[in-house]
Amino acid sequence: MASIPLNTYNSAPVIMELVFRMKVKDVMTRGVVTAAEDVPLREIQHMMRDMGITGVPIVNGRHLIGLVSMGDIISALDGGYIGENAGSHMTADIIVLEEDMPVSFAIQYFERFKYRRFPVLNKDKELVGIVTSRDITTHLLVEINKEIDKLEKSGPNPDRVTLRDEIQSFSIQRRDFERAGYASTQIKKFLRKAGVKPAVIRRVAVAAYELEMNIVVHSDGGEIIAEFRPDRVVITAKDFGPGIPDVASALRKGFSTADEWTRSLGFGAGMGLPNTKSVSDDFTISSSKNGTVVISTILINSDSENTEEA
Amino acid sequence: MKAGEIGKLEGYKLVVAGDPDAEITNAYTGDLLSDVMGHAPDQSVLITIQAHKNTIAVCSLAGAVAVVICNDREVPEDMRQSAASEGVSIFATKDDQFTASVKVASLMGKVTLN
Repeated sequence: MASIPLNTYNSAPVIMELVFRMKVKDVMTRGVVTAAEDVPLREIQHMMRDMGITGVPIVNGRHLIGLVSMGDIISALDGGYIGENAGSHMTADIIVLEEDMPVSFAIQYFERFKYRRFPVLNKDKELVGIVTSRDITTHLLVEINKEIDKLEKSGPNPDRVTLRDEIQSFSIQRRDFERAGYASTQIKKFLRKAGVKPAVIRRVAVAAYELEMNIVVHSDGGEIIAEFRPDRVVITAKDFGPGIPDVASALRKGFSTADEWTRSLGFGAGMGLPNTKSVSDDFTISSSKNGTVVISTILINSDSENTEEA
Repeated sequence: MKAGEIGKLEGYKLVVAGDPDAEITNAYTGDLLSDVMGHAPDQSVLITIQAHKNTIAVCSLAGAVAVVICNDREVPEDMRQSAASEGVSIFATKDDQFTASVKVASLMGKVTLN
């Protein structure tokens, strides 16, 4: 049923690299046709017909407030309210993407939610574009072509012993305590093979493990992505919600929303995010009801001894 | 001290011989795995009541090479398997965490018991 026949956790490394490196803003359609909420549905129907589009975002200024799809128009024709305003019949609770999210997010959204398009917002929550699965496949094909061209020119690749822009990705299931820790263990083993200093490995392991456990314990499922760069390891944890209502509290040591059962297993002590932050050289978090993204960067050659701060 | 030596303590049953020759230089007592993860030193033995598979993942990540499961808690099969593959030894005792900590410290020569 996936509209993009590509998974984002065990595809070929070249593809993984691409869908993570390319951002939503690189593939979205800009200059979106929009309408205000007082525009009659009839008029929107004509916009769709004239411009060959199947969804019109409803905006208040630059802020998205809803969306009218072809389906909504058909319902309106059927229900005899095509003359009424968009505002009273639009789909108001819509799933959006942010322009700086990797394309891998967008691919997963298409798989997860059965919508054909996602409006794209910028950091200020303003509407800047719209993405369809066609946008993604088109851009992806262009990029894949370029990559293949590069690979063919560079010839056979000898076994890599150094960290050189490798990306590993692990799908994490909600409440899957059975496999919890698998991603972090794999990441640790990889760094060990690459000969990274034990103190650095330890910091990466702490970050990866805490973030992995957070997805298991608190989210509806998500993904851990480890980027191994020559000078740094970047661990990105993203999930599909429900989001952290109070990020400032979640960053405080001892603050926890875990249930009794989780606590009985020794988790949910309210140390996850503080631990992660303290081992990171750079730490960012953003959260909404559609999901949380935490990015922890650990420099491989840093001399900062923040290991024991955890 | 070698990991296997913990089995010398009376009533300490070897459940999984992960790597009996692994060197132990430290110990950590705790049931909050996130705390263990953040604080347990390398080459340590973990003294805990958390008898489940995730404990082994934490040991492996934190660098603990042995676990002492206290209060006679049963060690589940998946935990044994995980420990065997990660090379973590498991011992079981009816002692509580405090008593086990004292005995292990004594065995390591960190305290003297009269």
